[in-house]
Amino acid sequence: MSFKIDVKNLSLFYGDKQALFKVSLGLPKLQTTALIGPSGCGKSSFLRCLNRMNDSVPNIHIDGKVLLDGKDIYAPSVDVVELRSHVGMVFQKPNPFPRSIYENVAYGPRIHKLFKNKSALDDIVETSLTRAGLWEEIKDRLQQPATRLSGGQQQRLCIARAIAVSPEVILMDEPCSALDPIATAKIEELIDELREKFTIVIVTHNLQQAARVSQKTAFFHSGHIVEAGETGELFTMPKDERTQGYITGRYG
Amino acid sequence: MRSLWLEKTVRFFFFLCALSAVVISIGIGVTLLGEALRFFARVSIIDFLFGLTWAPHTLPSGEDVGFGAVPLFTGTILITLIAMAVGLPCGLMVAIYLSEYATPRMRNIFKPVLETLAGIPTLVYGFFAITTLAPFLRRVGEVFHLSLSTESALSAGIVMGIMVLPYMSSLCEDALHRLPNSLRECSIGLGATASETIIRVLLPAAFPSIMAAFLLSLSRAIGETMIVVMAAGLAANLTFNPLEAVTTVTVQIVSLLTGDQEFDNAKTLAAFGLGFVLFILTFFLNILALQGVKRHRRIYG
Repeated sequence: MSFKIDVKNLSLFYGDKQALFKVSLGLPKLQTTALIGPSGCGKSSFLRCLNRMNDSVPNIHIDGKVLLDGKDIYAPSVDVVELRSHVGMVFQKPNPFPRSIYENVAYGPRIHKLFKNKSALDDIVETSLTRAGLWEEIKDRLQQPATRLSGGQQQRLCIARAIAVSPEVILMDEPCSALDPIATAKIEELIDELREKFTIVIVTHNLQQAARVSQKTAFFHSGHIVEAGETGELFTMPKDERTQGYITGRYG
Repeated sequence: MRSLWLEKTVRFFFFLCALSAVVISIGIGVTLLGEALRFFARVSIIDFLFGLTWAPHTLPSGEDVGFGAVPLFTGTILITLIAMAVGLPCGLMVAIYLSEYATPRMRNIFKPVLETLAGIPTLVYGFFAITTLAPFLRRVGEVFHLSLSTESALSAGIVMGIMVLPYMSSLCEDALHRLPNSLRECSIGLGATASETIIRVLLPAAFPSIMAAFLLSLSRAIGETMIVVMAAGLAANLTFNPLEAVTTVTVQIVSLLTGDQEFDNAKTLAAFGLGFVLFILTFFLNILALQGVKRHRRIYG
């Protein structure tokens, strides 16, 4: 199996406190990997290491390797800005910029200068919105403020914004936790479609969601990966009793 | 039942407090208008608004002349423009530095110093202008063969800019700091640099508050008197040359009213005329700015 991202012995310290202990995990190409585990287990910290979002946190220290297509993203020669154009991110709370719908999607392409002329940019915006399943709903009001969309629409807009820079990997940090069940269902459907083009990593507290959208699942506990494997297997035949306890709702 | 009664009393009390603000505003407007009308009964409003010489006196014939207020308004505008040209960019940059770049330690040093700056009496700024800035500007001017008078719009304007800087920076810093961190993260997550995030996301998002800060600073600058008296002078020159001495509306109001307690001659009444026009000006400035903010909301939500 080829891994899009291969994490090797990743340790993370916030000051004196260690949040991740020599974690290793391979993220298969063009598949969705779910990261599950109780609050504070390090799954979000892990996710944020994958596009170096933790860089600006004061007193942080990271050991180990994160290989994207075989190249260590923590190597000194790596351009963080370029890295993030390959590894996009969608956050927990839908957070569109206070600008028009169009400008939100155009933001990434603009800063990375991914287009030659206005009509090329229009194309990128349309493709991204279509792929995010939002185009039909909002194609007539692209110039309206993005903040007027509903929560679910805003989150799909954020996904469109992330895929507008054509990343290879999309990191999602509990993307549905602020959404109602119908909006959540739409996002899940979308994640399934996006898998054709993107490698997806999703942190979720919702175990059914992990089971529905992912092909691989990793169970985090106190900064360690207790168990990782094929989603179907991990949920039906967990090898570790802590995994068993978590997925059956005994603790977490 | 007791709590309901209390609730009603408290609500009424708060209503009275709010009402008093409205009543006082109207009262000030009416007083100003009344006295201003008495002034315009003596001096034609056309001569006042468009007259180019300010040298108010009464001829032996009883005619009031020299009430052309244009030099005062140009002086006010000139000094205010210089002040805002200094205060706006500096204040904004200080705010951006403190909110986005400074480490907590640096913030803890810079913020109290800035707040001290806000507490300095304007008189002291005036001293700074005449004893330090004006001589310095003159020496710089000599290098370029420019002659600066001791009192100049430039030195008054620059010092006034320094005076409004703490307001500007503190309000803008608050505005930037209040923005949700998710906006920053999201922009950074899309591969934007810190400066791109500031210019393209944070400043537009904070625009209404920045506008409000700008307005507050502007009205502080327009209303400022002491610095102008000390640094820019009393000479009502009609000029847009920042190197010359000018005077402003507020300074003239003070000098018109100083010593005289009877509001029966044209000179003292002129103060109300000036005050009234100033009032109208700032009023429309406020409306203009509000329109700007509304327009922004329509575009950015």
